[in-house]
Amino acid sequence: MKISVQKEPFDLGAEANAFAAGDTSNGAIVTFTGVVRDLVQGDLDMMEIEHYPGMTEKALTKIANEAQERWSLGDVLVIHRHGRLAPGDQIMMVATAAPHRKDAFEAAEYLMDYLKSRAPFWKKEITGESADWVAAKDEDEDALTRW
Amino acid sequence: MDILYFAWVRERIGLPKEKVETSAETVSQLVDELRAREERYEVAFSDLSALRVALDQELSDFDASLAGVREVAFFPPMTGG
Repeated sequence: MKISVQKEPFDLGAEANAFAAGDTSNGAIVTFTGVVRDLVQGDLDMMEIEHYPGMTEKALTKIANEAQERWSLGDVLVIHRHGRLAPGDQIMMVATAAPHRKDAFEAAEYLMDYLKSRAPFWKKEITGESADWVAAKDEDEDALTRW
Repeated sequence: MDILYFAWVRERIGLPKEKVETSAETVSQLVDELRAREERYEVAFSDLSALRVALDQELSDFDASLAGVREVAFFPPMTGG
């Protein structure tokens, strides 16, 4: 398991290749990558991501451990950035490795659903005129009820 | 006890962290003490349904006991991913 909370960009290809290499019992690798999306008006200058150092790593480790208990997984990877990011920048990635694809897909979705509302990150959208904290969506909380 | 604030809670209160001497037994009692201090606290804690609390870096709730707790954090619902 690899959990990384970092300011620096990550190399999606290199991370995915390193994650996929090694264990030949895993026939399925699923990766998800989150990217900073521009606003509808197209005027997002920056996205600032704040987090709670210490708790963030613990929360992500707990979520990854729960995924490993629930599905038959070979390995789990979570990388999440903080600090200032520009539209198009990669914010985070999760990857799951499993013998079979159903476990890998479901575990990746589970990781994303829990990461969105249980890991202590907060996003702020900064435009030329304003800086607004992103409000949590009810649907993100509702998404947890299916697990 | 250390109290930490994140995101707009930090901005409204105007600081990321402070040390507080308190005899509060629960999170709710601590919140009441903070609200009574100054208007910026009253504003930040005016709607508890918009807030989350963590005790020693574990998500908790406002009814929870503060016995043995060293670090309390208040923040809005999380928006990672």
